[in-house]
Amino acid sequence: MHLLGIDALSREAIVRLLDRADTYFNAAREAKASSAPIATSRALAGRSVVNLFFEASTRTRVSFEVAAKRLGADVVNVAAQASSVSKGETLLDTVKNLAAMGTDVLVMRHPASGAPHFVAGRTPLHVVNAGDGAHEHPTQALLDALTLRRHKGRIEGLRVAICGDILHSRVARSNALLLGKMGAKVHFVAPRTLLPAAADELGAHPGDIEVFDDFDMAIRGVDAVMLLRIQNERLASLSMVPSTAEYARTFGLTAARAAALPDGVLVMHPGPINRGVELAGGVADGARSVVLEQVEAGVAVRMAVLESLFEAAA
Amino acid sequence: MKFPSPRVFVLRGVQAIDPSQELDAEVDVVVENGVITRLGRDAAAGFQGPSGSGPDGTIEIDGHGKWLLPGLVDLHAHLREPGQEGKENLESGLFAAAAGGFTDVCAMPNTRPVNDSPLITELLLRRARELSPVRMHPIGAITVGQKGEELTEMAALKEAGAIAVSDDGRCVTSSALMRRALEYARTFDLPLIQHAEDHALTAGAEMHEGAVSTRLGLRGWPRVAEDIIVARDLILAEYTQARYHVAHLSTLGAARLVREAKSRGLAVTAEVTPHHLLLTHEAVMGYRTACKVNPPLREEEDVEALRQALADGTIDCVATDHAPHGPADKDVPFADAAPGMIGLEICLPLLLGLVKKGALPLGRLVDSLTRAPAKVAGLTAPRLAESARADFVLLDPAYRWTIDPSRLVSRSKNTPFAGVAVEGRVELTVSAGRIAFAVAPAAAEIR
Repeated sequence: MHLLGIDALSREAIVRLLDRADTYFNAAREAKASSAPIATSRALAGRSVVNLFFEASTRTRVSFEVAAKRLGADVVNVAAQASSVSKGETLLDTVKNLAAMGTDVLVMRHPASGAPHFVAGRTPLHVVNAGDGAHEHPTQALLDALTLRRHKGRIEGLRVAICGDILHSRVARSNALLLGKMGAKVHFVAPRTLLPAAADELGAHPGDIEVFDDFDMAIRGVDAVMLLRIQNERLASLSMVPSTAEYARTFGLTAARAAALPDGVLVMHPGPINRGVELAGGVADGARSVVLEQVEAGVAVRMAVLESLFEAAA
Repeated sequence: MKFPSPRVFVLRGVQAIDPSQELDAEVDVVVENGVITRLGRDAAAGFQGPSGSGPDGTIEIDGHGKWLLPGLVDLHAHLREPGQEGKENLESGLFAAAAGGFTDVCAMPNTRPVNDSPLITELLLRRARELSPVRMHPIGAITVGQKGEELTEMAALKEAGAIAVSDDGRCVTSSALMRRALEYARTFDLPLIQHAEDHALTAGAEMHEGAVSTRLGLRGWPRVAEDIIVARDLILAEYTQARYHVAHLSTLGAARLVREAKSRGLAVTAEVTPHHLLLTHEAVMGYRTACKVNPPLREEEDVEALRQALADGTIDCVATDHAPHGPADKDVPFADAAPGMIGLEICLPLLLGLVKKGALPLGRLVDSLTRAPAKVAGLTAPRLAESARADFVLLDPAYRWTIDPSRLVSRSKNTPFAGVAVEGRVELTVSAGRIAFAVAPAAAEIR
C-alpha cells in the first residue's frame, strides 16, 4: 500500500486514519502529563523506513522519524540532491537500490509533482508522499484535519480560510481535497498572482471552494485561518509579490486582524513561519494559535499512516 | 525495408477519392512506369499491358471495397537524423511514414546538429533518396543553431533543397528578428513556419494551464502564450507580405486570429495535429508522460474550435508533429519527460474516426493531408489523375484494428493512443510508382 495523496483516499479511510491518530495523540498527551515516557509499540518492529528527501525539511522528516521509531521501526535518513540532469533515471535507480537493501517503506519528498506516483509500483516499497512539488502533502492535510477535529469536534460543516501562495502550495491542494471530502468549505484568498488557474476546482466537489480577493472578507465567518508560507525572495523575482510589507498589510494575519476574530477561531500554519509577513509573531504565539499542536498531531498522524500501510497490504 | 516494385499496377474497382480532382468514384487505375496512364470507370477493361512488354512486373489489385487516396503529405515530422538515431532515423522514419500512407514528409531541423546549413540539407536529401521511395523534404532553421540570434543562409538552404524555414521547438520571440526573418524568407519565396510560444509566459511549463494542471500541481502553459505570438506574427506577416505558417495550432484563440487574417486575404496558413483534434488535458491525469507534448493538449472548447477550423478551411492542413522519444525520455517523472508523441503511422486511421463521427467531411480530411500541405510547402501535390505521378495510398476503410505500439515500425513507441480501436488500414503506399509500404497480401500479388 501507498499513501500518495488525499485524492485517492475515501472519506471512510480518512476517518479511520484520524481515529487511530487520535489514539496516539491522546496516549502521548497522557504520557507527557504524567511525565512518563511515551510508550513505543512493536507494530513495525523489524521494518525499515527510509526518509528520502530531495528537498530540505526538518519538521516533516523528524516527524516521520519519530513516528516510525515509536512504532518500533528502523529509520534511515537520506538527504538526496535532485540533480538537474536525468533526474528520473537517478531517482528510479536510487529507489531500486534502497529496495534492494530490503527496506520496506519509502517516505519521499521531491520537487517534481508526481515523482512519488512514478516511483510507486516500480519497486516493492510502500511509498508515502511527504510532499511532491506543488501537488500533494497528504500527511500535512491529515494532521491539520486532526487538529481541527480535536478542537471543533467535527470537520463537516466547518469553514476554513487558506491564505497565501496557493499556486505553489501542495499543502493547500491536499487540504482543499480533504476538507471537501469531509464536508467542510474552504475559502482561498491570495493575490491573483498566487492563485492557480481554476483554483475553485481544487476541491472534492463543485462548490467546495470560494475564492476571495479581500483578506478580511475571506476570514469572516470561518472556524480556522490557515496561513501559508510566503517565499519572499523567489516571489519577488518572479514579479508575483512586490514586497513583504505590502503582502503583510494586505494578506497577512496581523495582530489587529487576529484580535477582531471571534473567540474560537483557530490560527494554523504548516510552518516554517515568516514572522511578521503572513503571520504576526504575537499571533503565532497567541491563544488562538494551534501551530505547535499541529506539529504534535503530525507525529500521531504519521504513526497511523505508517501502521496502515502494512495492514492494508495484508 | 524495401519492396520490389512492378512496372505496372492495375487496380480494378477501387473507390478513388481526390477532392483536388473532384473525384469520388469507383474506377480502374493503371500505372505504367511511375505514371498514372488510365483512370476511370472500367479504364483497365481493355488494358493488355504496356506496349512492347509482356505481363512481367505487373501487379493486379482487386480494389473493390478499398479506397484509393493521393499520397499523403506531412508538413511536420521529427526524423531525428542526424544526432538522435536511437529514437528514429531517416530509414525508420520514412518507413513509418509509408506505413501511414505518406509519400512526402517534411523534416523539422531541430536535429543534432541543427539543420541550418546547405551541407546538412544536401546530406539528408541524398541519404533519404537512397533509403526510401518516400520523398523527404528538409526544412531549414530560421536562425543559426535555432538560437534566435542570427538568420541562416536561406538562399543557400533553398538551393540545397529546403522547402521552408522553421525554428520548431523554439519560437522566434523577438519581434525585430521575426520581422527580418519574414522579409528575408519572402525574398526567396520560402514559407516561414512558426512554433508560436511566448517562452516568457511558459517558463518551466509542463502542460496546459487549467484545472488539470492546477490539480496535478504542474506548471501551466497558458493559451495566451500561443495567441500572443500568432497575433503579433499576423501583424508582421501583413506588414511584410511574407508566407507565414502556424505550426501545430492548438488554441481556439489562435484559430480565431487566423480566420480573421484569412478573411482579409493574408497569405497565412496553419496546421493542426491529430492529437490536438482528439485529446484534451484530461488525458494527462495520472501524470501520463505519453500525453506530454508541446504545445500541450488543451480543453474541450479548443478541440471543438480546432475541428471547426479544420472543417471550414481556416486551418489548412493536418500535420503529425511526429516526435519519437524512447523510454529514457518518457519512462521518467513527468517533469523530466520530453514533450512529443509519434504520429505518422496512426494519423489517418485516427482521423477517419472523426469522419465517421461526422465531425469532419472526408473530402476535407483528404485535402488537408494532400493538396493543402503540398501547397504550403510548394510541392507537387500527389493527385489521382491521368498523366500524374503515381503517388497513392490504398486503404481498407472497414478494417478494424487496435493500436499496439510494439507493432508500429517507428523506432519509438511513444503514443497515448495505445489500445485505441481504429477503423481503416493502409495496405499499400506507392510513391512515384515505387512501393514504399505494403501489407503482406498486396506485396505477394506481384507476378
